[in-house]
Amino acid sequence: MCTTCGCSKHAHAWVTDLATGKVTAIVEPVDHDHARIDHRHTHPTHHHAHPHDHSDSPAHDHSPNRPHTSGTTIDLEQEVLAKNNRLAERNRGWLEGRNILALNLVSSPGAGKTQLLERTIHDLQNSVPISVVEGDQETVFDAERIGATGCRVVQVNTGTGCHLDASMLARALTALNPPRDSLVMVENVGNLVCPALFDLGEQAKVAILSVTEGTDKPLKYPHMFRASSLMVVNKIDLLPYVDFDLDACIAFARKVNPDIDVIPLSATRGDGLDRWYAWLNARLTALFETAS
Amino acid sequence: MHELSVTQSIVEACLKKAGGAPVLRVTVEIGTLCCVMPDALWFCYDVVTTGTSLEGSELVIVRIPGRTRCRDCGDDIAMHDLLSRCPCGSDNLEAPQGGDELRIKSMEIEETA
Repeated sequence: MCTTCGCSKHAHAWVTDLATGKVTAIVEPVDHDHARIDHRHTHPTHHHAHPHDHSDSPAHDHSPNRPHTSGTTIDLEQEVLAKNNRLAERNRGWLEGRNILALNLVSSPGAGKTQLLERTIHDLQNSVPISVVEGDQETVFDAERIGATGCRVVQVNTGTGCHLDASMLARALTALNPPRDSLVMVENVGNLVCPALFDLGEQAKVAILSVTEGTDKPLKYPHMFRASSLMVVNKIDLLPYVDFDLDACIAFARKVNPDIDVIPLSATRGDGLDRWYAWLNARLTALFETAS
Repeated sequence: MHELSVTQSIVEACLKKAGGAPVLRVTVEIGTLCCVMPDALWFCYDVVTTGTSLEGSELVIVRIPGRTRCRDCGDDIAMHDLLSRCPCGSDNLEAPQGGDELRIKSMEIEETA
């Protein structure tokens, strides 16, 4: 982050193409310069009031130590994530135009996203072309693991960022150049909170949860499970050794998202993979039939 | 922390609109079912606005609750988080409507004499 104002001007994510070793920086355009203006406001100590107002009318929270001085009101009525959402729609159109199914894989760190991808590529790459966008704060370790399968892969490193956004995926897709009629797997940064908010232009989010993480995770991180079309419960080979209630976990996920599909599987031992492949194939078939 | 990205988007949009005029107040609408935490927004806002014409301005956050209907008692209720229950005790609720707002409503700029 820029130390002058906290803006992202000097912060960037970068894309590494594993095949060529080429590294491209993603610098977000910033609209403001750093010229200091005449400061009429001191920076007060912050004791923000945020009453937990459970009345039905919208609560109006602001700091009590800042008096209401009046000025000229300008209406903006603008979605905060408008820019990301526009770029996401552009990505979606780009993918649809090439008949590509893109899935956004989200989970906590260590749930087994990369392992599931390695196994999926191994089992399916002869039936559908697969390429991968790997997202991590640092290192190309995961991209190297995917590259070892023979699959085309680019790594996006977000630096201090905690999620991929639509502009990062746009750059990654340009570098990846996936073929028409193919599958693109986007492995998001391991984080069950932030990626829920950022549309990348994917067709669906897939949340991956492992049985070592706790039965109640869908309730503790409801936004991600609400945003996802499928919950994969991974590492079910470890069920005899951990205190995990699969039925309760599924009930919790359906409480926050009644429509979510659920597939329990073990990416290492192979249990349940047939259902995962059937889920993928159904989406690929639907996409290819629509296009033909 | 995604609130930093969210705050950067808010500040970028306001700076563009304000065109260099000192900003007194920015009002945003944040739905209660949207995964954005007001405390984190306020924290980020101070960091991100420093050195800009928004420095020292007030960030006003208007919370918009989601609405739903209880499948057991039939009441229409407000949802203040995704795990809300009906006052009747039931958690058998219809899919929420709204509550996912994330919108810059308006801002006040200082009047020039």
